This record gives sequence, C-alpha cells and structure tokens, in this order.
Amino acid sequence: MTELPAEQRRGPGGDAGAGQAAGELLRVEGITKRFTGALALDGVDFQVRAGEVHVLLGENGAGKSTLVKVLAGVHNPDRGTVHVDGKPVRITSPQHARALGIAVIYQELTLVPELTVAENLFLGRQPRRFGLVDKARVRRDSVALLERVGLRVDPATPVKQLGIAQQQMVEIARALDLNARVLVLDEPTAVLTDTETERLLTIMGELRDQGVGLVFITHHLEEIRRIADRITVLRDGRSVGVLPAGSSVEAMIELMVGRAIEDQYPRRAGEPGEVLLSIDGLTRKGVFSDVSLRVRAGEVVGIAGLVGAGRTEVVRAAFGVDHYDSGTVTVAGERLPGGDVRAAMRAGLGLVPEDRKGQGLVLSSSVGENLGLVTMRAATRAGFVDRAGQRRRAEEMAAALRVKTSGLNQTVRELSGGNQQKLVIGKWLLADPKVLVLDEPTRGVDVGAKVEIYELVNRMTASGRGVLLVSSDLPEVIGMSDRVVVMAHGRVAGELSTEGLTQDQVMALAVQEPQQQAAEREQPQQQAAGD
Amino acid sequence: MTSPATSTRTSRGPGFALGRFLSNNGALAGLVVLAVALSILSPSFLSTRNLLNVGVQAAVVAVLAFGVTFVIVAGGIDLSVGSVAALSGMVGAWLATTAGLPGVVALLLGLATGAAAGLVNGLLVSFGRLPAFIATLAMLSIARGLTLVVSQGSPVATPDVISALGANLGPYLPVPLLVMLLFFVIASVVLNRTYTGRAMYAIGGNEEAARLSGINVRGQQLAIYALSGLFAAVAGMLLAGRLSSAGPQAANGYELDAIAAVVIGGASLSGGVGRASGTLIGALVLAVLRNGLNLLGVSPFWQQVVIGVVIALAVLLDTLRRRGR
Ligand SMILES: Nc1ncnc2c1ncn2[C@@H]1O[C@H](COP(=O)(O)OP(=O)(O)OP(=O)(O)O)[C@@H](O)[C@H]1O
Ligand SMILES: [Mg+2]
Repeated sequence: MTELPAEQRRGPGGDAGAGQAAGELLRVEGITKRFTGALALDGVDFQVRAGEVHVLLGENGAGKSTLVKVLAGVHNPDRGTVHVDGKPVRITSPQHARALGIAVIYQELTLVPELTVAENLFLGRQPRRFGLVDKARVRRDSVALLERVGLRVDPATPVKQLGIAQQQMVEIARALDLNARVLVLDEPTAVLTDTETERLLTIMGELRDQGVGLVFITHHLEEIRRIADRITVLRDGRSVGVLPAGSSVEAMIELMVGRAIEDQYPRRAGEPGEVLLSIDGLTRKGVFSDVSLRVRAGEVVGIAGLVGAGRTEVVRAAFGVDHYDSGTVTVAGERLPGGDVRAAMRAGLGLVPEDRKGQGLVLSSSVGENLGLVTMRAATRAGFVDRAGQRRRAEEMAAALRVKTSGLNQTVRELSGGNQQKLVIGKWLLADPKVLVLDEPTRGVDVGAKVEIYELVNRMTASGRGVLLVSSDLPEVIGMSDRVVVMAHGRVAGELSTEGLTQDQVMALAVQEPQQQAAEREQPQQQAAGD
Repeated sequence: MTSPATSTRTSRGPGFALGRFLSNNGALAGLVVLAVALSILSPSFLSTRNLLNVGVQAAVVAVLAFGVTFVIVAGGIDLSVGSVAALSGMVGAWLATTAGLPGVVALLLGLATGAAAGLVNGLLVSFGRLPAFIATLAMLSIARGLTLVVSQGSPVATPDVISALGANLGPYLPVPLLVMLLFFVIASVVLNRTYTGRAMYAIGGNEEAARLSGINVRGQQLAIYALSGLFAAVAGMLLAGRLSSAGPQAANGYELDAIAAVVIGGASLSGGVGRASGTLIGALVLAVLRNGLNLLGVSPFWQQVVIGVVIALAVLLDTLRRRGR
C-alpha cells in the first residue's frame, strides 16, 4: 500500500479520527438486541453525520424503535459498539444520552397528562431563581417554544386536555429546546396532519442546515422523499440496505417488504344500500355544531379536516363516549340514547379510537386478551368466557393482520407500535359491527399492513356493513372513501365525491374560516354530493 | 404469526427454562429458599404437625387475600377486609347464639353481610366516584364499629357449623386448609375463566379502553368489591371457627397482611396484573416466615420488623426485575 499525501488522507472537513467519515456524529456497529421471544436487532450498522436527515425505514416490528432506544440509553445492547464523535461509549441511561447530545422523541408520548404544557416542556430542568422554580421565565420560554412549532395553546393548559396531535407538538417543542447534536424522531408525524407535518419538516430542514444530525422514522414514504439524505432499511432486525436521497417510493417498498405493492389504496366500492348510520344536527356547545352525515350499507365515508376541526369529538359523541347537547344519532333505524357506549354497541356501532395507548389497548394484558375484548360479552355463557373460541378467533385475526408477536400470550406492551395499532383495529373487526367508525386507524402501520387493513375494510363493506373513516392522511381518506365529509371549526364545511378528487380540493374546504362557512350556508350548497 | 426465524432462535436448554421460571416466580423461589433455610435451622419445621399448622395460619390471610387480589387486579384497593371479616363472623355468631337462628342460616347471613359491605364499597367507588382508598378506609372503620356494636365489646360463641370450619376432618386434616384450597380454586376460576375476572384485568389495565370496548365498568366494579367482601366473610368464619368464638377485635390489621400477600405474589398495585397462585404463595411466605421466627424464638417485636423488611424486599426485587428487561 502506497502512502498517500497527508492532505488526501484527511477528509474534506479536516477530520482525523480513525476510520471516521466526515462530520460523523454517531456510529453503531453490529448492534444486537434480543428480547425473550424475539431477536429485535441482529448486527445492525448505522451512522449519523452532522447536517443530514438519516431515515430509518422498515416494516412494523423491524427493530427501528429498538435501535432508537439503544441510542437513547433505554436498552442495553447485547452486542455491538456505539461511537460518539469517534469515541466508543456505552450509553447507560437516557440522562447519559442527553449529556452526549442525543435527544429523542419517542414513538409513544411521554408527557405527564396531569401537568401543564409549560411544566411538561421543562420537566426536570425548570429554570430556578433562589432555589424556586422561576415561573415567569418558564412561561416566557414556553410561549417562545410553542411559537416555534406553531402550536397555539396556553402554556397553562393541562396536557390531558390537548388532542394527541397537539401533545406530539409539545413533545417536539421540548426536544427542540434541548439543543441536541443528534435529534432522533420516532414516527413524530404519525399523529400529525399535513399542516403540522409541513411545519415539522421545515424545522427539521433548518436544524439540518445548522449541522444537527437527524434520525427520522416514518411510514409516510412521501415525507421520506422530501427530506431524506440517506435511508437505512431494516428488515427483521437486520439492515438490508442503504438507499440514497431521491429514491423512488417503489424502491423503498421493494427493499422494505421484499415485494412490490400493486395498489396502495385498493378500494372496491359497491352499490350503497340503506342508511345504517345517520347523524343529524349533532351539536356540542363550543366543540362542534350542527353536524349531519350518513353512512349507507356497503359504503366507506371519510371525514377529513385539520386538527381541532372536531372530527374525533363528533365520532366520540356519536358512539356515546362523550355527551352532546342536541341532535340525534340513529343506527340501523334505532335512535341512540346518547352518552351510552353499550347502547351504541348493541345497536351495531363500533369505534376504533385514535389514541391506542390511552383508549385502545390494555397494555398489561396479552395479545389474545386484547383481541377478544369487544367480543368477550358475546362469548360469555352463564358468566364463563368461551376461551377456546376466543383464542381461535384471535389466532385468525392476528394472522390476517400479520401481527408480529411471539404468540397470543405476549404482553401487548412488548409489541412494536404498528403491531399494537393492528390489535386495536383487530378487536373491532372481530366484533363485526354494522357500522364501524375508524378514527385514524392506520397510524404507525407500515405500507404493506395498511393494504391488508384496507382489504378487511373492503370485506366489511362487501358484506353490507358501513365504515366511517376519520383520517388525517389525505391520500388514505381520498383513496379509501367513497365520499368525504370535510369538517372545519366544528362544522361540516362540505361533502365531496372522491371521484377524481384532489388533496387541494379537500384542503380548500378544510381551511375555511367560520365567516366564510356562514356565507356559504346562505347559498345552496353546490358541492354536496352522494346524498 | 411469528416468523419462523425468531421462534427457532428462542429455544434454549432446560437450565435456562428453570432460571426463567424462578425469575418469573420470585415469590415461589423465595418460599423455597425460606423453607429450606428453616428446615436446616429448626428440626421441628418440617414435622407434619408444624406444616399443617403453617397451612392453618396461612388460610385466613390467604382467603382474605384472594378477595383483595380481585380488587387490586381491577386497579383498586380494599382496606376494609379485616373489619368486614370480623363483622361477618360476629353477625354469624350473634344470630345463632344470641338471636337463636339455626346455625346454617346464621352462617349464610354472616356471609351475606360481608358481601353487602363489599357491595357498599363498590357503590361508593363506582357510582360515588370515591377513591377506593377512601371508600374502603371508611368501611374499615364502619365495619369495625358495627362489630363492636353487635358484640357490645365482648366475644360471642360460634354455633357448631362455624366451629366446624376451624376443626379437623378426621384425625389430621384441618378444615381451614381445605377451605383455603377450595377458595384458591374458586379465585383461579373467577380470574381466568369468568367474564368478571377477565374484566378485572381490562379495567385495572386501562379503564378507558375497557369502557370503550363495551365493558360495563361500574357494574363490574360492584361485583368485584362484593366478591372481595364475600371472601372476607369466609375468612372471618374461618377465624371465628378456629377460636370457636367471634371476637370484636378479630382480624385487626389483617388487611395489611392480605395486601402484602397479594403484592408479594406479584400483583401490581397499579392494576391489570396478578394471579391467584401468586397470592397463595404470598400468603404462605408470610405464614412460613411468622412460623419460622416463632420456632427460632425471635421476639414478636422483631418479627414485625422482619416482615416489613421482607415485604419491601419482595416488591423491590420485583421492580428491579421489571426494569432490567
Ligand atoms: N420490551 C420488549 N420485550 C419483548 N419484545 C420486544 C420488546 N420491545 C420490542 N420487542 C420486539 O422487538 C421487535 C422490534 O420492535 P420495534 O419496536 O423495534 O419495531 P419497530 O420497527 O419500531 O416497529 P413499528 O414500525 O411498528 O414501530 C418486535 O418484534 C417487538 O415485538
Ligand atoms: Mg416503532
């Protein structure tokens, strides 16, 4: 081997670390992590450079969050090395990771619901004066941070009063304030709508320009196309390749799932039948007003809108979780009493809630138990649950949704985020209600599994059921619904047929201001379709 | 569902399986260690008579603790079980001895008293929206007070049916031991097979998710606390039967032993986790420990200290084990 001149041996940045590429902040080699029942990471190599967005891509359960938790000091890897700034380190705790300049936004929210937004933002690191928390400063700094992420809420609001998207923005704001050198974002956009995602991507771009190294996980491949500098693809705990910036969606899918996906939104609409769900003039003061919509047998009706448009609030009220002040909800001809979940269920309504951890799953229970939660009543004779039947049905559903688990007895807490989400849908699909309301059903689900869920939706409508689909994922709402109701500021802004519908048309209605809505109501609605 | 690759990788040797079993059953491992140590330290520990004695000692706490397991799995707490046990035993004894009702009727009414007290707990928690800690603390006081009122402060002799619960079947077999095993089976069946049992796990694990899945959370809570009251009443009968008299201060402080047994058995005080077998082992650990300390001649004052330390250690080890994953 010939000696190279000194200038050439050095990287462009004048970097001299042994084997270290230019501007490399973080490097892991051969990371292996085994849990009882699963090998989550199997010899993964991964680097993060200053000023890049490095995307981690992979199916549900591929090991992305596990890798993130190794970097965050939550998990101790069984094998492999971690280098920060070219120096080998063992990251022993989240605090240690912080001290090394690594900040993490986890897939599951970590805010304390009882505390206020400001308190959460400065949890454990409140600015102090004379030994006491400097409240004035906390407030001032909170306002600035919230401004940065574009969240318009009073910092004194308790976090539990915020919607899940708003909570996510608080998480992001908190992480931004840590001035990290490596910022890891585990599916931050799963719960965000386009507007907020846009904002987050802009912020990420700015941080990249400031030389921060970003690790970004998402199942929205369009976002990857927009921001990724490199894409590391994981499959079954192994790194199966690194794609360059600008890779096509097809290339990503191919490498991720090992096959091509023909149609991402395989909706097969039939001829709609009689009205199954009818919401008329539903109003809850200060939250939503005069909301009316219908779902017919065999139909998928979408509800689109910005965060805070009142979509979730409407479907929760219809299902009887929350109260409403006036209006009616009728399921298959039966008027619901309101505020009574079990009455709604008996009439044939079901709801897959948006917040899987808070409302959807019993994390401490097993996969089988969770899948059987809704059908348990029907499977009970004389107080005893038909466990064999419940097990068999759970097996089938877990297989149909390809839930990655070591078995029906595995605790749900140990499942990856996307696989947990599949269970929330699965337990309701098993109950097979006349009308199923899906509130953000595919949050955190990978592209392949989404198609499987859509096929199950098709199967429901083909057998004469109706589906009401609330989703912030516009391509999904447009691709899977037969018509879309757009909500803005707690009202129905319009209803659109999805034939040839574009995202811009939906957004135009979704961003309508209240005065504009009032004006349009004066004139006959020309956009109403489908009904 | 599992990719074949992962399932083949998980098979290990039998040593690993045993290690895993014991680490998942810390309380059982503790019980075994305790028993081995005591059989070395004290020759009389392993005698049939002493072991049966331990079983009898464990029975009252175990039956109480099975009831408390239901409540704790469902995310609540029941501090009233000791007092409810005393009240039920007292009502049973008083109805037979003082009011002259037939023994069996008195026994059944005593049991009904316990269930009713539990039902009131359930009403306060589910419809009254009181924190379980407060509601059952109030019941602790009310039930003890009522016991004193009924007994007028002095013990009441029990009728034969109740006394029989504390006696031996044949030359050896103590009835309390049989009752304990019977209620262990009942508690296991309730927890594992019945709708109410499965609802306990769902409600304790995530009440909101349970409600949104169509579980009648309030109705189930009534049933759960009533069951706890009923089990407490059974324990009260056992205790009264053993002494052939219901005392106004019977089972004083037993709620703490019952809760300790549940927690040593691996249940989580935040709900959603717990098993009848764990609770049984927890109750046995406490009984073996007390028995052993007696055999070794440790003063009752120090026994209190040791038992407190053991409870703290059991829970500490459990938390460490969970965190280590
Ligand atoms: N604490 C745990 N105990 C046991 N198994 C676990 C644990 N955490 C993760 N796993 C398993 O490790 C595998 C990888 O999980 P991980 O959460 O890293 O997936 P992921 O790539 O983030 O998936 P998703 O896209 O669904 O979020 C899964 O099979 C999961 O069940
Ligand atoms: Mg994940």
